[in-house]
Amino acid sequence: MSYVMAGTAATLFGLGTYLLLQRKLSRIIIGLSLLSHGANVLFVNSGRSGVAPFVGKGDAADMADPIPQALVLTAIVISFATTTLLLALAYRSWLLTDDDEVDDDVEDRVIGRHGHLDTEVSDEAALAAAVSVAAEEELPDGHEPEVVP
Amino acid sequence: MNALLALPVVLPLLGAGVSVLVGRSRRAQRAVSITVLTAIAAVAVALLIQVDDRGVVVTSAGGWPAPMGITLVADRFSAVMLLTAAVMLLAVLLYAIGQPGAERNHVGFQSVYLVLAAGVNAAFLTGDLFNLFVGIEMMLTASYVLITLGGRLDQVRSGMTYVVISLMASALFLAALAFTYAAAGTVNMADLAGVVAGLPDGTRAALAGLFLVVFGIKAGLFPLFFWLPDSYPTAPSPVTAIFAGLLTKVGVYAIIRTQTLIFPGALPRWLVLTVAALTMVTGVLGAIAQDDVKRILSFHIISHIGYMIMGLGLATVAGLAGAVFYTVHHIVVKTGLFLTGGLIEHHGGSSRLSRLGNMVRTAPLLAVLFLVPALSLAGIPPLSGFVAKLSLIDAAVADRQWPMVASSVAVSFLTLFALMKIWFGVFWNGPDEPDAIEPPATAAAPGPALMLAPTIVLALGAVLIGLGGGPLYDYSVRAAEQLHDPTAYVAAVLGEGP
Repeated sequence: MSYVMAGTAATLFGLGTYLLLQRKLSRIIIGLSLLSHGANVLFVNSGRSGVAPFVGKGDAADMADPIPQALVLTAIVISFATTTLLLALAYRSWLLTDDDEVDDDVEDRVIGRHGHLDTEVSDEAALAAAVSVAAEEELPDGHEPEVVP
Repeated sequence: MNALLALPVVLPLLGAGVSVLVGRSRRAQRAVSITVLTAIAAVAVALLIQVDDRGVVVTSAGGWPAPMGITLVADRFSAVMLLTAAVMLLAVLLYAIGQPGAERNHVGFQSVYLVLAAGVNAAFLTGDLFNLFVGIEMMLTASYVLITLGGRLDQVRSGMTYVVISLMASALFLAALAFTYAAAGTVNMADLAGVVAGLPDGTRAALAGLFLVVFGIKAGLFPLFFWLPDSYPTAPSPVTAIFAGLLTKVGVYAIIRTQTLIFPGALPRWLVLTVAALTMVTGVLGAIAQDDVKRILSFHIISHIGYMIMGLGLATVAGLAGAVFYTVHHIVVKTGLFLTGGLIEHHGGSSRLSRLGNMVRTAPLLAVLFLVPALSLAGIPPLSGFVAKLSLIDAAVADRQWPMVASSVAVSFLTLFALMKIWFGVFWNGPDEPDAIEPPATAAAPGPALMLAPTIVLALGAVLIGLGGGPLYDYSVRAAEQLHDPTAYVAAVLGEGP
């Protein structure tokens, strides 16, 4: 039994991680819920299995460990709430961009562009291409990129 | 039994509920939040005095004894963190009320802010690993809402990164808890301290490493910090200030608590120290490369988390005392700096260095308010950062960790350089770009009084912690002794009857 549960948890973690690495927000969200399912399955499995733990219903040594089950309920509720919030965020993002791709890191591009322009570029064509790519990128607070030829 | 311990968690949650009910009146909401946070600050003072006087204070929810029931524990470290957090929450709330923007435009701000307070306090006071998870989740869920409050495109984009990485860390946390429960059969931290000591070395190291990674994501340790400087700056400035001051420190608190209480000596010291040094260096180098006040400050958070982890890595009483002192100092100074950053943005209309300039003429008060915490962060005497850095470097010298001494001194210089880059860029030199906005030269004050007052108080705090560093350092040493030898903690939790 325990091997089946461990295998399930491992599969869920694997699938979740794969989906988390995609660029579509919808896949990332599904990946995250798979990850938390994996963690929940793992947690349920961390206690002893056995008969239902009621006082007076059999020997205490045969009973399942109720603590992980109680704890997992809390964890499930938390992951439910956060997934809902994440879906709302993704919807907002879709409304704003008409797309559920994750954007490039804008600030990272800005820094990268500084570094690129700082180094001496011997190939004029490559520099011109880099500058035009940089100029097309949308920058925060609408400030125009300084184009240094 | 001690009812004081439950109040910092219960009060803000009740306050959040009331705040929703009186949502129509912003004035009533403000009254509720200010009352609740002031009350928590008072409770925190009372707890601090009690804890320092009598040692560890414990209470069990519902009267169930320790390994079964839910315990709330305050030792010297958590009491001082609680007090610092309460003061910061109050200061930032006042600032948010004064600032036109986030707080005024959103009905939910006050209640979400109170939930955040409850989560932070729960994380500091819990004596149970699973409730640490619940406390951190409570705090994070509130922070997801606060960070995307405006719903602007950049906020949603960077908020998404933040939410996804935090949720991944939470799943990992849960998995780590599952492994811990499977290995030890308990999640009570005091109980774990005894049980884990009997586990094989490999299991202990694996669990300790897993928890270091989980809390390292929250705290922004190298190499898990990449989400932090991206997501913090887009939020409204009071939100960024409280995140910078408190959220990462909750991660640091959790690292120090778990590694000293449950897994002492489970991880090799060189590993923790290397992570600390890399965190310091990467953070400060990242800060130097940036061109935005809030982004520079965000990278500095990472750099300074490294100092706190260095104190932990030294694993001596002096090192831990330095870490405790450094954490308290850093919460005050960093929150102050971000509040000033918000004022700069408010006054100058941007937070980009290339667009700002000459503000020493239009807003001399801001120049001072930025300079004091900035110099403190860099470690210039007589400000708080000097005492904090001195105590850590002293501990490292006593332990003959020369590479750590060298990197912490070098990072101090680089910190000074990066902060002076802001100061010269914003206040002293002219703007780099011809189309920069000129701030209004005739403004009497650079911002509303309610924004200025908390900022001034925090800047004074940096001076006072420096000048009156003796008593606080002595307290940190006593806290560190408790952390270093957790037998009193364990006895207080497990010995407490129903």
